[in-house]
Amino acid sequence: MNYRIITKGVLVTARKDVRIYYRKAPVFIFGLILPTFLFFAFFVGRDLDVAKYFPGFLAMSLFFTASSVGPLIIPWEKQQGTFERLLTLPVNIPILVTGDTLAGAGFGLIISTIVLLFGAAFLPLTFPLATILALPVLFILGNICFAALGVLLSSPAGRVPANIMMLAALVRFPLIFISGIFIPLSELPPEARWITYFSPLTYLVDGLNAVMGQVNVFPIALDALVLSAFTAGFLVLASWTLQRKALKGL
Amino acid sequence: MAAIEVRDLVKTFGETKAVRGISFSVEEGEFFGLLGPNGAGKTTTIRMMTGVLRPDSGSVSVLGMDMRKRSLEAKEKMGVIPEVGNVYPDLSGRENLELMARYYGLPRKLREDRAERTLKELGLAERGDDPVKKYSKGMRQRISIGCAMIHEPPLLFLDEPTEGLDVQSRRMILEKVKQLNKNGSTVVLTTHNIEEASRLCQRVCIINKGQVLVIDSPERLRATFEKVQSVEVSFDRKVDCSIFSSESCVAKAEEAGDKLRIYTSDPDLVIERIMAIKEEKGLRIISMATLGPTLEDVFVKLTEEKT
Repeated sequence: MNYRIITKGVLVTARKDVRIYYRKAPVFIFGLILPTFLFFAFFVGRDLDVAKYFPGFLAMSLFFTASSVGPLIIPWEKQQGTFERLLTLPVNIPILVTGDTLAGAGFGLIISTIVLLFGAAFLPLTFPLATILALPVLFILGNICFAALGVLLSSPAGRVPANIMMLAALVRFPLIFISGIFIPLSELPPEARWITYFSPLTYLVDGLNAVMGQVNVFPIALDALVLSAFTAGFLVLASWTLQRKALKGL
Repeated sequence: MAAIEVRDLVKTFGETKAVRGISFSVEEGEFFGLLGPNGAGKTTTIRMMTGVLRPDSGSVSVLGMDMRKRSLEAKEKMGVIPEVGNVYPDLSGRENLELMARYYGLPRKLREDRAERTLKELGLAERGDDPVKKYSKGMRQRISIGCAMIHEPPLLFLDEPTEGLDVQSRRMILEKVKQLNKNGSTVVLTTHNIEEASRLCQRVCIINKGQVLVIDSPERLRATFEKVQSVEVSFDRKVDCSIFSSESCVAKAEEAGDKLRIYTSDPDLVIERIMAIKEEKGLRIISMATLGPTLEDVFVKLTEEKT
């Protein structure tokens, strides 16, 4: 295995994606505008404890932003006719998937950091010293995990970005309702809680609850472990699917 | 050492056998043509040679590297202009060139110098910083060629590189490819432009229905089909080609612009018949020439015979 070529391929792919796709309209719409509207729809005009719900909102914005770039890249490349050229370069499918994931994670990291800083500056949030170190770990893991989910969603794609953006919305919306964002996990009855275990977002929400002094259900280490497992699963599945569907739409 | 060794390649898509056991080798420094009608399996073959597709069976070795085991290293040594191989329209020509140079691992200074030089060579120095979406088709294709050559690869694959281009862009691209071949690069060209292949390639491989029909130099292929000769004649007024069709020495007669082309294995006898008809009908001959078989004749004959 040639690590020099692999590392170079991943970094150049991520750099290319940042340069080209961060400014695309669907990324803004699905990554920024949509979670903002959701926030206003849920919080404005209601007498809610914002500090209690902030970890959930932060996780939701991270989820939307990190998973907004990935679904766009492959169908866009196929539509523009650049995807076949990419395949002839010194890269392979896992390298492209990892590079695209890194680009998506970067976008999520930037936006969610801004949201976090905004919350820390203006809301009465507390960060217990015992768990504060877990914050960057959860942030990075969450961003990579959801960026990988975004890439996975686009891996069976043809050459019509709109189709995949719709599919991505169909997958992402149900997830935010079963992840303890709007109803904290600790307040869910046990018989309803089991469904939340299938959503990777649950573990980020739970971890951020712990980091910000709210009630958490699982130990932070378990949250991080499950997020890592989901990330690995998404990356492997995305590579496997894209390998089989690489020439679809060319 | 052979630059490329292809052995018993097979690729099936669903029920369709696109490539059925193709084998050939390309020598280092050779200009090699892959010819065939649409759907012959040219693009599938080149996709397997360049690592875009995995063959169902068979092997491809590029510059001594097995494409199954060392495809990343092999791809670093190739430049490919794929059939559907556009450049990024949101980036400028220069940014596209530099992006490809990054993928090929060129250091920063070399990237910038090569991009600058390539833009000049492709006649795009003044438009280099404009986004590609503002380029004409010919300009885009020139940048596409530049992207494949930016790292001066020892091996270049071109899949229909001049398809649908204006004359100026076509000439510029072919000159650049010829130059690279002259400097030692091996070139594999797929095309259905037979004249282009005949002019450029040292050997051509004609494939049809996923199988190799013949591999040889264009000249030797023509010689093999010497019996497919023709006489081209133009008269001072229009003559229907059907008047030659009944002649036993004529294989086929057809109009070629303002001329008649008469295919035969005995040009001498055909010329005698032309002179007789000229006298009979009171015609004047404007021009007359005997022609050997073109590569196109060879191609048509081969693909007809084996189908």
